[in-house]
Amino acid sequence: MTPTFFTNINGLLLVLAVYLTGGLLCLISGPRARLAHPLGAATAAIASALGFIATLPALSAVAPQHVALSWPAAGVDLALTLDPLAAFFLLPIFLLTFCGALYAIDYLHFPDRSWRAGLHWFFYNSLGASMTVVVLAANGLVFLLAWEIMSLSSFFLVTHDYQEEKVRQAGWLYLVATHIGAAFLFFLFFAASRAAGSLDFASFTALRTLPADSALLLFFAALIGFGAKAGLFPMHVWLPDAHPAAPSHVSALMSGVMIKTALYGLLRMLTFLPPIPGWIGIAVAILGIIGALFGIAMAATQTDIKRSLAYSTVENIGIIFLGFGLWLFCLATGHEAAAFLALIGALLHIWNHSLFKGLLFLGAGSLVHATGSRELSAMGGLLRRMPLTGSLLFFGGAAISALPPLNGFISEWLLYLSLFKAGQDTLAGTAVLFMLLAILLALVSGLVMLVMTRLLGVALQGEPRSQAAATAHESSAVLLIAAMLIPAGLCLLVGIAPQLPLQLINGPLIAMLLPNFAAADTTLLPPFGPAWSFTMLVALALLAIIVTVRTVRRRAAGRIGTWGCGYLKPDTRMAYTAGSYSQFAQDTVFCSCITPTAASTRSAALFPPAAQFRQERLDPVLTRWFLPLFRKLAEQAYAFRRLQAGQLSIYVLYIFTTTILLLGWSIMAP
Amino acid sequence: MFIRLLLHLLLLAGLSPLLIGVITRTKAIIAGRRGAPLWQPYRDLGKLFRKDMVLSSTTTWVFRAGPVVGIAVPLMAALLIPFGAIGAPFSFSGDLVLFVYLFGLARFFTVLAALDTGSSFEGMGAAREATFSCLAEPTLFVAFIVLARISGSFTLDTMFGTLLANNLQTVYGVSLVLTAICLFIIMLAENCRIPFDDPNTHLELTMIHEVMVLDHSGPDFGLILYGAAMKLMVMGTLVVNFVMPPATGHLLLDAGLYVAALLALAAGIGLVESGMARLRLIKVPQLLIGTSLLSFFALVLLLR
Amino acid sequence: MNTPPNLILLFVILFNFFILGTSRLATCIRSVALQGALLSLLPLFLHTSTFHTYLLAGGAFILKGLLMPWLLFRAIRQVRIRREVEPRIGYIPTLLLGALTTAGAFIFGDRLPLLPAHLHSLFIPAALATLAAGFLMLITRRKAITQVLGYLMFENGIFIFGTLLAEAMPFMVEMGVLLDMLVAIFVMGIVMNHINREFSTLNTEQLSLLRE
Repeated sequence: MTPTFFTNINGLLLVLAVYLTGGLLCLISGPRARLAHPLGAATAAIASALGFIATLPALSAVAPQHVALSWPAAGVDLALTLDPLAAFFLLPIFLLTFCGALYAIDYLHFPDRSWRAGLHWFFYNSLGASMTVVVLAANGLVFLLAWEIMSLSSFFLVTHDYQEEKVRQAGWLYLVATHIGAAFLFFLFFAASRAAGSLDFASFTALRTLPADSALLLFFAALIGFGAKAGLFPMHVWLPDAHPAAPSHVSALMSGVMIKTALYGLLRMLTFLPPIPGWIGIAVAILGIIGALFGIAMAATQTDIKRSLAYSTVENIGIIFLGFGLWLFCLATGHEAAAFLALIGALLHIWNHSLFKGLLFLGAGSLVHATGSRELSAMGGLLRRMPLTGSLLFFGGAAISALPPLNGFISEWLLYLSLFKAGQDTLAGTAVLFMLLAILLALVSGLVMLVMTRLLGVALQGEPRSQAAATAHESSAVLLIAAMLIPAGLCLLVGIAPQLPLQLINGPLIAMLLPNFAAADTTLLPPFGPAWSFTMLVALALLAIIVTVRTVRRRAAGRIGTWGCGYLKPDTRMAYTAGSYSQFAQDTVFCSCITPTAASTRSAALFPPAAQFRQERLDPVLTRWFLPLFRKLAEQAYAFRRLQAGQLSIYVLYIFTTTILLLGWSIMAP
Repeated sequence: MFIRLLLHLLLLAGLSPLLIGVITRTKAIIAGRRGAPLWQPYRDLGKLFRKDMVLSSTTTWVFRAGPVVGIAVPLMAALLIPFGAIGAPFSFSGDLVLFVYLFGLARFFTVLAALDTGSSFEGMGAAREATFSCLAEPTLFVAFIVLARISGSFTLDTMFGTLLANNLQTVYGVSLVLTAICLFIIMLAENCRIPFDDPNTHLELTMIHEVMVLDHSGPDFGLILYGAAMKLMVMGTLVVNFVMPPATGHLLLDAGLYVAALLALAAGIGLVESGMARLRLIKVPQLLIGTSLLSFFALVLLLR
Repeated sequence: MNTPPNLILLFVILFNFFILGTSRLATCIRSVALQGALLSLLPLFLHTSTFHTYLLAGGAFILKGLLMPWLLFRAIRQVRIRREVEPRIGYIPTLLLGALTTAGAFIFGDRLPLLPAHLHSLFIPAALATLAAGFLMLITRRKAITQVLGYLMFENGIFIFGTLLAEAMPFMVEMGVLLDMLVAIFVMGIVMNHINREFSTLNTEQLSLLRE
């Protein structure tokens, strides 16, 4: 291993320094895109690679490491702590930041004299740095500050293509949603600091003795505040707009790891709070499964490839919350074994989702780049034209569909086992509930299969559906492929040798979150070990060899077009589209609020004029709940417009009155 | 374990086409015909494997992978379940999830192999397969949960045993009978038998499985048919395991009993197929959801 | 668990699901009749064979199993409808609701302070589940005839409760309930006929026009 000086929190300070210098250099390089582009990518890649190496040992280290840089101006120390929980979330952050930077080198193209390269890389580096600080922060103020920088830099990254109206709208929605969430977090941290006496996380341990109702209040503030960022149903509304709007490597970063920092925040708060009552756990689990069902059903109706992937993120967050809810319930009711399985399953799913969602967004970005459109109906036949990217996407789709022996299967397996175990150990009423949750999880995974086969089948297979798709070709850039190969390789590794990540997680981290449990107990897990790895490897290798041999040695009597079932000239417009593929499921499985709204002009005239048909796939939660709510609020707020007089003297009067009031309050208050 | 592994593979590879033969023969006899000989499916497979094949110029490696995975998955899944009183060669806690998801793997590849041709017919079949499996998969889970709850084990090998025979008179009897019925229906659905799909029709708009393999020919098509037969045998074994008597201790006798039960099941499927028409397509989800609810009811009865 | 009354009740619950999920009116009527006929066997297994018991069982069988289906079949022949075409809530959601209410009935039924003899029987859950299924029919269906079927299922649920208490309950109450239902069916039959003649449809939605 590298020198011990480096593989600890000092190394992470170095990482932050590299991020910041890189970002600032990009900013001051101004319009020299040819300088800023490689510089920004290189610093981001170097910093995240260093960070990955520095963090790895901390995951299994028992003692947390502290560092504090004094910061007199703010009145607090810039206190950072690296413990297993932080390390767990840092690893995927560094990994995906690295892959994103590699990918962007070939993916982004800037005109030579443009400020945009410098700005992009400034914000990319600052996003990397702020995510690192969010996870490391040992003080509420530092956390909130980094959280805010993270939100703002990701906002600027989302609005990269600010010339497009839709992108600006998506950015605006993201900004509003993230700040509403942040408002709850401000409340959370300041209420916690009142109870604990300071904003230092070290003093937050005093919250353990909080009365039940105020602890519950803090928990709900955390759930809403962090849930809004994580994309927990029904606060996910910003996510399906913002992810597609961003450049693909940013989507991968946001969907893969940025929203996970919210999960980190929630877990961190839970380590401070007194034990949560069991019914809250059940409520969280139910919210999770509703979110998962909703997310995946919405993903099945989208025709925009990245929007579909974004909804699949909502689904995965739902699955993770299902695990968390089960963990909380079992912790409160003393079912340690089920709690262990639920927690380790949810944690592993966090890593897994970072891996396969990162891979899928990067791959989707390549398809979008090649065809010039995000619409599935403009793709088709891309597996033959872009064999490497296509196969990697195929691989990511298999992983997210939880197919054995890939990583998604392992974490879902653990979650199923935890649900079964909880159903086995508890009494009738709750047992039925857990069994129902297991059944719904099976329904969700069936729908994931539908969504992924639809995505892959329509985008990659069949005949090209547009001119651009017909002329698409594989990018010759090595880095683009390498950036996708890394998460793909890890997906395979986690699936074939699940004992490796599970060993990392099942150590000090589990001991932190499940204090009364013997962390080394692996008898509850399926028998992951050399035998499993060997069997899976042999099976996979055999399959791969057979398929390759059969594909290469085509013993075919002839190659002709697909049989048209009697039609003489079958063409691509007759092929099954994304819409028609999910139509059947829409009609039979989904409830009607999910189905797209259609608007058509119809004419009854004898010689009908040109008619139109348009489908819109809006989020029902946004259009039915939030927009009317905000419209109402806006109407109410209209009365305040009278305050807006437009005269300077009036504004000064306001300031004066406020000052007087505050002075009076400070005297009156004890 | 090695003997059991060999026995499992031999039984699966050797016996599965016979089940198809028994089903068609039963249907023929009920319809008043003499029918094809029982070993006709073997001849069909042999003929297909000797043939050349025609590939669509649209297809990629996925198209060739579909049939291979389609036959590999039942082979692997069969190793996780007991064949009557013959124990499973591989078994560990939680293998029921692996069993269900292995079939997911096969479905993923079959569906994508169908979409690979770009034909609208095959797209239609793929969409149906993907949708119906969403509804069928949960029921399989519920059935396993019921068995797991009664036997107190998450291992497929120990979950079955002589469960029904021992428990018919106890509080669990009703749940077990309901579960067995659900498993039978799911077996019909997963293997695309009547009343869900008609394996003997081609090119009708109400088909699921057959429409997905329209463009496969020769050895590829043979692999698909062979894989489908194996899948039928694996799913049928789940049903058969309900009614198996306790182990006699003699391997060959156990195997004989198991084979007899399996053949009886195949004749039963033939009877069902003779007596029913295929459901209208819009009724299929209703039946599947009804089955899920029935199995859920069995679970509620069990857990009270 | 495997005593005859429990098996009967089990089939009653299964019939609930079946009725909730089927659209063909004739099948619905037949199933409700079968459900009623099955229920009429309950007193025979439950109580000592007195004249009261036989009368109860025989009366219920004739009314529920023979008379009502006969009347209803006559009604649908006259108004010539064969299916419930557009229920307010689709069949699959209704089925799901039915499953949830059944699960709820079981969980609730186990929490009730019951006699030890009734504690693990299916009586209370089956009664509650059948009542709920009747409610669901009334809520989700549009046609007057399916609503009548809902009432009948509702009554079947009450009957299950009644058999538990039959020994304590005066004979007259029992017959009163049955007669009540009979009258209700007659009234509904007549009303249906009239609605059909006036509006040439049996959708009860048209009735809401009358509120003005």
